[in-house]
Amino acid sequence: MIDPETAEQEDAALAAAPWPQRFLFARLQNAGEIFLLVGSALREMPSGVRKTGLVFEQMASIGLGSMPLTVIVALFTGAVAAVQAAYQMRDYVPMIYLGTVIGKSVVIELGPVLTALVVGGRVSAAIAAELGSMRVTEQVDAMETLGISPIRYLVVPRLVASIVMLPMLTIFADILAIFGGYLVAVLTLDVSGHTFTSGLKLYFKLQDVFSGLLKSVFFGGIIATMGCYYGLRTEGGAEAVGDSTTRAVVASCLLILIVDYLLASFLFRVLFA
Amino acid sequence: MIGRSGTGKSVLLKHVVGLLQPDRGTVRVNGIDVAKLDEGELLAIREQMGMLFQGGALFDSMLVGENVGLALREHTPLPERQIEEVVAEKLALVGLTGTEGQRPSSLSGGMKKRAALARALATNPKIMLYDEPTTGLDPITADVINRLIRRLQERLGITSIAVTHDMKSAYHIADRIAMLHEGRIHAIGTPDEIQSTRDPILRQFIEGSSDGPLLPT
Repeated sequence: MIDPETAEQEDAALAAAPWPQRFLFARLQNAGEIFLLVGSALREMPSGVRKTGLVFEQMASIGLGSMPLTVIVALFTGAVAAVQAAYQMRDYVPMIYLGTVIGKSVVIELGPVLTALVVGGRVSAAIAAELGSMRVTEQVDAMETLGISPIRYLVVPRLVASIVMLPMLTIFADILAIFGGYLVAVLTLDVSGHTFTSGLKLYFKLQDVFSGLLKSVFFGGIIATMGCYYGLRTEGGAEAVGDSTTRAVVASCLLILIVDYLLASFLFRVLFA
Repeated sequence: MIGRSGTGKSVLLKHVVGLLQPDRGTVRVNGIDVAKLDEGELLAIREQMGMLFQGGALFDSMLVGENVGLALREHTPLPERQIEEVVAEKLALVGLTGTEGQRPSSLSGGMKKRAALARALATNPKIMLYDEPTTGLDPITADVINRLIRRLQERLGITSIAVTHDMKSAYHIADRIAMLHEGRIHAIGTPDEIQSTRDPILRQFIEGSSDGPLLPT
């Protein structure tokens, strides 16, 4: 056990430290607590997934609930990719490569990342707000006094559902985004449907799709973890719930982009190099 | 357990169920130091305890009946029919017969507390902890709750700790009253002893007067 007096002294020393140190310490503390949360979630995973009702409930709310949003995001992502790519390629690159560019960029990057950012905003906010409200109304404490682990009952179903549903949504988004690009190309850019689809198939590699889906698995984990972490550490009242929700969204969006870079470096410079 | 707001009465209760860990000192339940238990042992000791939270803390994603039956569904192999019987019995005990299918959000404050009490009693605990059981209730509902607490004590032999600053409730439900003041038990005694005290701090508190050594916070 930590000696309370030393702990008090350390707290006082920290409070007096200049802000860069305090900031760094706070982030390290967050990171530590997040790893502990993930650790205990993994430990309770086997018993948690047996609560199939709870897992399916979360799958429906995270997966099905995000589909309308994903449709819009994906269609417009593909559409804008087509317009921009055609503009860049004009005069230099034959239009047969339009399909190639859109297919690759969507499957590798745009599909997984934009889906994760948009769904992440929605889902991590929802999780943080729900668990935060449960925390401030003592429902989480009540759960513990009934001998029910909040990790198993609340965190695991959300984590599993998010990890399973994000790749599903990404596949869905990939197809729709390519379709959006196709529509724009055929209807407004004078590219024939045949040219587009043969370009799409030209350099198609299955590993591109898998790399995108692998990323989305990590993104799913990040989204649920951030929502649960900031939700469960909420303290206070309605304002604190709002604060946790904001933090969860910001943290999941930032982590998605950072982890995207790390995974891209690993996948394309090490694994597929 | 009486005392002013912010003296740590609720914190004390949370230490008893192991929701909080003490910085110093020990909390013993039936002689066992709660802070030293691992998760499994804590679970076992929690099964003998029930806690009523200030706002009830019913799970609002579940119906009232599901709230009351949750611990039984999780911890016992009882068949569904039997669980439903226990749920109905506990709801009847708190005077909420037939509310199984209602959403917690549709209940009044007093009904929420009673439903939460039924939930805490579902596993037949030997120790009950009440966090401000009568706060926010009208005097009649408060009396219903007070009588319930007393009855559970007398009929089922449940050991109870209640945190309150409602003196009427304290006199009604307590065998012994302790006052928490500045992190210490300032005074302890039977309701009669407390009522006849000459201690200025305790006197001022139980009379609810703003004149005296205690200043408004």
